[in-house]
Amino acid sequence: MSAAPPYTHVGGDHAKLDAADRLTGVAAFADDLTLPRMLHAKILRSPHAHARIVTIDVSRAEALPGVLATVLGAEMPATYGVIPWTPDEQALATDKVRYVGDALAAVAAVDEETATAALALIDVVYEVLPALCDPRAAMANQDVLIHEQNRHGNVSKRVKLAFGDVDEALASGVHRISGHYEYPGSTHAALEPHCALAHVESNGLLTIWSATQVPHYLHRELSRVLGLPTWKVRVIQPPVGGAFGGKSEPFDLEFVVAKLAQKTGRPVKCLYTREEVFLAHRGRHPFSMDYELALDAEGHILAVDGHTVLDGGAYSSFGLVTTYYSGQLLCSPYTFGTYRFQSTRVYTNKPACGPKRGHGSVQPRFAIEVQLDKGAALLGIDPIALRRRNLLGADSRTVNGFHVGSNGFAECLDQVELHSGWRTRRGKLPYGRGLGVAGSTYISGTNYCIYPTDLPQAAVQICLDRSGRVRLFTGASDIGQGSNTTLAVIAAEHLGVELEDVRVVAADTDLCPVDLGAYSSRQTLMAGNACVMAASKLAKEVRKAVAEAWGCSAKLVTLASRRAQRIDDPATFMSIQDAFQLAEVAIGTLGSVGHYQTPREGVHSDYRGGTIGASPAYSFSAHVAEVEVDTDTGDVTVLRVWAAHDCGRALSPVLVEGQIEGSVYMGVAEAVMEHHYVMPTGLNGDGNPRNSGPGVAGLLAASSLLDYPIPTTLDTPEIHAIIVEAPDPRGPFGAKEAGEGPLHPAIPAVANAVFDAIGIRIDALPITPEKVLAALDAQAAAAADRHGGRAHA
Amino acid sequence: MLRLRALAFERPTSVQDLTERLTQQGDAARLLAGGTDLMPNLKLGTVQAATLLSLSALPSLSGIRRVEAAPLGSHDAATPQQALELGAATTLDVIANHPLVQRELPALAAAVARIASPQIRNRATLAGNLCVDTRCRYINQSELFRVALGGCLKSHGSECHVVPGGQNCVAALSCDTAPVLIALDAVLALTGGADGDRTLPLADFYNTDGLSHTNLRRGEVIVAVRVPVQRPDVLVTYRKWARRHSIDFPLVSVALRLETETHGETTRLTGGQLVVGALGPRPRIVQLKAFVGRDLDATLATALGALAVKRCRPLPNLPYDETYRRRRLGVETQRAVMALIVMGPAALPARHGA
Repeated sequence: MSAAPPYTHVGGDHAKLDAADRLTGVAAFADDLTLPRMLHAKILRSPHAHARIVTIDVSRAEALPGVLATVLGAEMPATYGVIPWTPDEQALATDKVRYVGDALAAVAAVDEETATAALALIDVVYEVLPALCDPRAAMANQDVLIHEQNRHGNVSKRVKLAFGDVDEALASGVHRISGHYEYPGSTHAALEPHCALAHVESNGLLTIWSATQVPHYLHRELSRVLGLPTWKVRVIQPPVGGAFGGKSEPFDLEFVVAKLAQKTGRPVKCLYTREEVFLAHRGRHPFSMDYELALDAEGHILAVDGHTVLDGGAYSSFGLVTTYYSGQLLCSPYTFGTYRFQSTRVYTNKPACGPKRGHGSVQPRFAIEVQLDKGAALLGIDPIALRRRNLLGADSRTVNGFHVGSNGFAECLDQVELHSGWRTRRGKLPYGRGLGVAGSTYISGTNYCIYPTDLPQAAVQICLDRSGRVRLFTGASDIGQGSNTTLAVIAAEHLGVELEDVRVVAADTDLCPVDLGAYSSRQTLMAGNACVMAASKLAKEVRKAVAEAWGCSAKLVTLASRRAQRIDDPATFMSIQDAFQLAEVAIGTLGSVGHYQTPREGVHSDYRGGTIGASPAYSFSAHVAEVEVDTDTGDVTVLRVWAAHDCGRALSPVLVEGQIEGSVYMGVAEAVMEHHYVMPTGLNGDGNPRNSGPGVAGLLAASSLLDYPIPTTLDTPEIHAIIVEAPDPRGPFGAKEAGEGPLHPAIPAVANAVFDAIGIRIDALPITPEKVLAALDAQAAAAADRHGGRAHA
Repeated sequence: MLRLRALAFERPTSVQDLTERLTQQGDAARLLAGGTDLMPNLKLGTVQAATLLSLSALPSLSGIRRVEAAPLGSHDAATPQQALELGAATTLDVIANHPLVQRELPALAAAVARIASPQIRNRATLAGNLCVDTRCRYINQSELFRVALGGCLKSHGSECHVVPGGQNCVAALSCDTAPVLIALDAVLALTGGADGDRTLPLADFYNTDGLSHTNLRRGEVIVAVRVPVQRPDVLVTYRKWARRHSIDFPLVSVALRLETETHGETTRLTGGQLVVGALGPRPRIVQLKAFVGRDLDATLATALGALAVKRCRPLPNLPYDETYRRRRLGVETQRAVMALIVMGPAALPARHGA
């Protein structure tokens, strides 16, 4: 590890700014907010996976006492989409519903009970259409179109990119590994359901409080769909109870409460049920992946060739980006001689998929890391050694043209090898117990905004006042990951105050400068850099004013621990309050702004699509998982995970460790447990289609936290989070991301450990007991065949 | 979020008051003890009620005490036995942690400790668990799901999705206490029915109708559960499998009772039964008569595992592959036998001496 400069706050132990509020129940989440005369909204959802709306009649609902208003799609028909090139959603469907749960009407009433009762009084006539729930069948179907206006049938996006002569490299490989991998789809399962509250002032200004992680994008889409100028819309993000990517685009409820508030002149709130959260989804796409890997005799990667079908669900969401990410984010931390991928995202009549922690690359990362493990087995070398032979290294360029700055991946491998006892334990554990390794990389924000613009990605405004307090305004979105705390650490470090002296005002589009929000792991690097700019400008002014008072050079004044102090004469100091006041006397009221714009030169190549997946800086992770397999029951118990993550610089190590632990937890859950399962056609438990006509396909099998399994404390492995610091010159104090990268290796590390334990590959996730038993049976049958064959020979 | 529909709340102050109200209102009234099963079902709309009859003013329904009783069990009915009487509204947490239960009925304490989660066990009660509504992947769902499905026998429909063409609801008994309590020969004390007070072996409490799977009569409530303290040579254990180690309802559920006699170094089977839950609405009781005289050893464990697989066929009613559940039932049964062999009759006197 590099020696850390002597910082006061950076690298220290901090409680999150809002920890006490959250622990004591003081934090007011969206649903905790109430306004006088507030109404409650409920949304009518389709029971059909695919149907044309013939008529909707709300007259009986409107006649119900306590109902104040209804709203239909025709009142806000504009199409929208978080990606401006694929606007295929409406706030409420006007012509067609495309999945069980698609929204088509809403009611505002005096309470939730009345609103719920009113939904049952809305009369809808549907013309039921055939439902397409299998992506390959949907791709092939030219007659049933989920989006008629789409130019490519039911294909939502197709990306094909090649780097180098892949076919020749594949042919020249000494070792060639082919594999088919399945990722089944999973959801975020944030504890807080989506919730929005709208209020229209008498002058027409609309305020929305919403559990969102992208106030800025929500602001834009509300303005567009409601036909209001952006200055008439204010979005406020209250404390959020988890998001994980599941709140990173607008949802029906935000438009609904806004429209109903406009119609009634009263505040309107809508809180999703847990089922609605599952239906809103935007979770990790099911991927069906075919991979070819060619290695030379020493194990160098000559070629990687991937073909992937993404099951997108009913709408595009971030799907255009997902499709690119599924190939573009895989070219590191290993050097690929050549690389090709073809990814096809398909519309199906299911809840729409979108971004979940580790957007786009978690599924192919699983495939690639298992492919490498198979390669190591084929070569008869240690899987860590194989990875070391293919290190991309720092200040390098990937085969698809991304510039990688700092790179601590080699040290991540060293750390997990050391801490897991890999050298002495791997291969020597008893049958049924195994160790597996995997590596990965992730972006610290995307180099470009979702919509075309030259405006900065992040901005921070800071004011100092006479009491020694720092007011920090940021558009950054703290969704529990701790971005408010991280920004306070940066500001306090520069301005010589304590964390508790920094008041962070965040994610309010009226009060705060624009930041694009909490997605693609961008807040620490981007808002952090903006904060460095704003804070250092002010620190300079303060030091200058103090230096003038002391008659010395500003270089000799340091700000730390609520003091301004002479570096060459520590006995000379004044309180930070006095220092701020001197500066205010000198230059007037103290305020500054900082912004961050991504680098435009040298970070990526300029082929079509070459900008998607490019980032100012990349994080790296390596995990070793230890598992125990019960060969009678097929149970896979993940005992321990050692997770080393290169976050550049840990501005707040406890927060980084929390992100690593949370990532491992989520990854292990996806490895062995989770499946966001939509019943494809028939409903018989024996899998035979029955009642497979329109109307019963597309049901979500588990729409509660009882039936959708996420691990309890007892099901969670022991997690050893190891921070590796390879500071990146593009990050604030060298910091890179930590929120999403450490999820990736968890899944393949578990899969590879299962192979080490029992010699079996489960290439279709999740690794459930029945799959393990089926594979063990097949292994035993194959062994019996071999022995039988010998006996006869 | 899901809201509770408006309903009446009544708080009877005596058991007689309770049963009178229940007799009068019939199925329109539901007993509210811990509410951990009832409340979600009411919110989802899988259970309808006009009135909740709270048990919170009836402390006589809670508590654990030792009683002298000649239980009506099938084993040694003539011999007076010590028993524990568990009040119907005793919480699962109290049962799991009660010294008397832990000492005299360790299999019950262990089974109860595997139910749901600590928070739920703090509220949930014993009789509430025995009366947990049957569960099915097509019923325990949202209203939207059930409407989209077109209903089923248990939810405003006429079609069974588990057994095509079936006219009988086969939703699964999903409580953890019934199998182990049946294996322990538990007897229910009931009151409030047309015949007044009566006792009923728990083994006779359930029927095969998933819509109404208990044999409680109109107005009748469980007052207490009497569980005989077992002779040292009677071994009982319970095994449960679910996807997670906490919270979940059982996907595989088996209690095992082995009656034994020991001569010198060898212990032989004299009787016993397997009680398997999570199949249909009623636990399946498999007698072990054919194995009387067999040594308690690994061979017996394998044989009983095979017996369980042969005699029990899980249905596609619970949210997990039924073929796997059947196989798992065999393994869990085998492991139950092995666990009892390890524990062994010899260990029991030591525990009594503690």
